[in-house]
Amino acid sequence: MSKLDNLKFEDPKFQDKDMTRRDFVKTASTALAMTAASSIIPTFAIGGMAPVKVGVLLPFTGTYAKLGSHILDAMKMRIAQNGDKLGGRKVDFTVIDSEMNVPKSTQRVNKLLKKEKANFIIGPVHSGIGINMARMLKDKKVIVVVPNAGANQITGELCAQNIFRTSFTSWQTAYPAGQVMLKEGYKKVALMYYNYAFGKQTAAAFQESFIPGGGEIVADIPTPFPKTEFQSFFTKIAAIKPDAVFTFYSGGGAIKFMKDYAAAGLQGKIPLWGTFLTEGTSRQAGAAAEGIKTTLHYSTELENATNRKFKVDFKKATGDDADVFAVQGYDAGSLLIQGMDAVGGDTDAIVDLQNALRSVKIDSPRGTFTFSKANHPIQDIYLREVQGGVNKVIGVAAKALEDPAIGCKA
Amino acid sequence: MELSFYLIQLLNGIQYGFLLFLVTSGLTLVFGIMDVINLAHGSFYMIGAYLAFWLTGIFGNLFLGIILAIPLAILVGFVVEKLAISYVYTKGHLHQVLLTYALIMVFDEAQRFLWGNDSHGIDVPAILSGSIPLTDIQVYPVYRLFVSFVCIVIAAGMFFVIHKTKLGMTIRAGASNREMTQALGINIKTLFTIVFSLGVALAAFAGMIAAPIDSLYPGMGDNILIISLVVVVIGGIGSIKGAFVGAMIIGVSSVFGETLFPDLASVIVYAMMSAILIWRPKGLFPAT
Repeated sequence: MSKLDNLKFEDPKFQDKDMTRRDFVKTASTALAMTAASSIIPTFAIGGMAPVKVGVLLPFTGTYAKLGSHILDAMKMRIAQNGDKLGGRKVDFTVIDSEMNVPKSTQRVNKLLKKEKANFIIGPVHSGIGINMARMLKDKKVIVVVPNAGANQITGELCAQNIFRTSFTSWQTAYPAGQVMLKEGYKKVALMYYNYAFGKQTAAAFQESFIPGGGEIVADIPTPFPKTEFQSFFTKIAAIKPDAVFTFYSGGGAIKFMKDYAAAGLQGKIPLWGTFLTEGTSRQAGAAAEGIKTTLHYSTELENATNRKFKVDFKKATGDDADVFAVQGYDAGSLLIQGMDAVGGDTDAIVDLQNALRSVKIDSPRGTFTFSKANHPIQDIYLREVQGGVNKVIGVAAKALEDPAIGCKA
Repeated sequence: MELSFYLIQLLNGIQYGFLLFLVTSGLTLVFGIMDVINLAHGSFYMIGAYLAFWLTGIFGNLFLGIILAIPLAILVGFVVEKLAISYVYTKGHLHQVLLTYALIMVFDEAQRFLWGNDSHGIDVPAILSGSIPLTDIQVYPVYRLFVSFVCIVIAAGMFFVIHKTKLGMTIRAGASNREMTQALGINIKTLFTIVFSLGVALAAFAGMIAAPIDSLYPGMGDNILIISLVVVVIGGIGSIKGAFVGAMIIGVSSVFGETLFPDLASVIVYAMMSAILIWRPKGLFPAT
């Protein structure tokens, strides 16, 4: 797809004209607003009157469109529960479709930062964009909340005082799986994952706990992304006969993976493990998903009051069933609310705001969690098994697990 | 690895090749005969899959769903040809690329609007849900063999239509010399409408029949488009025989490439294409 994007028709003439007009209107209105605001409350103009600017960069088209809309809907729902206000100020959203396009993300992030003068930037889903965004926004006068992108680096070597994450790292979801699988008696494991950064990080984190514990990797099978024809790899698995297979696949690819695995006769004979494999896909994969075990920081089946209420609210607000992505958006909303309340809505006191955000305790549908020094959740990772089409929680794979944040000097 | 491993991989490769052929045949037909680059080909694959998903959901039977979806797919092809494609026949490839690229976006948006952003799967019909044991643990799903069988039937059918019928003769004539065919009293406009609708129907049918062994998700057509273009270019633009051979080469080589040289998995197909194009710049069986 990315290659085709070059073909898009962009006439610089039209863009220039458009920009000038928009810029003019914007400048004019800002000037008006400033004059108006300063004449009423001269000392606390921005903090007291102007709405908080929240820029959103998430995918609303393509394979991950649903993730983007779930994150945004849940975050807006959380802020609506707070009277549509952050620290007493109204909220003004600017939403941009990331199209999962890494090269264009630079321009889009710049638009949110410089043109919209966003106080908060929420996004993205895609780790490649996340890394780009972290590089661009490190120590800028804006708070970044990453509601998905799980690349280790974002709160690792690229960590910054102003960059927060409400989701997970590839390390955090996969590391506990190695320990749990050893405990369940699997010694020879084959790895299968999409051959891109997140898949490779997931496989590496798994091995980090599995190999020192006495496990052996009998086959390491990266498969080309986003190809969904797995038949030849399953033939290889059948020939090697490992004790179990540990995987990273998600979304449409995961459904296909589980169905083909079952159709190849391997389901039940060689147990399937993963992280995101069954998240939001267990129902569509039907019987093929039954019995698959995964380690993740959430399950819709978690029994706590916040989760029960959250699922009902989300269903009412969107008509959709909640999932882990909605939770991450919801928690991004909670983070903003609690942080802004602590500083009385003063986004100019950026250091105070950062400190306030870092010290919040979030009452999340996944259970309460706090933030590490690298601004990443210290959270429980659950062991889940698909039973009757849902991810039943059958244990806690790791309690209050903190990402090692390798390379973070903040 | 034992011999059985390689035999099963060969089976996997051939089966994948059949599927690729089914997807590609419509593209090569439209490309070769009408000289239209149709980037929206993958979208028609997607439309087929979603139509099958939708109608199977309503009627509870995949075969009934497919039978009802085919006329709808032909209708889509007909409408698109009349409203859009027919205006760019003489405008050159750039206009066609722009137009059909825009169509991708229109269809992607329509898909989101009609069926939402969820990923979906279709169950294999009960009658074909069995499997054949291959080794002590691996089995081969009957539905995949059924798909291969359908592809053979389609390939034979296309060969018959193009080489043995009057319609086929006209199509071949139109491909080799448009003006002369027109001068001899053949209505080239109608012919192109038929060919384009047929091409769309083939892509959509591939989507329908592959739906139970693929999964449905927004933008699923994009991946299909790229691999289809590779197959068409290797086989020689406009040649059905070329599309068949090209699909088999890509199917078998990607299966063996992936399992024997996993590090090179994503480049093997393209390396293969480059090698063939250096050897035969117009593909293996260029249409004359």
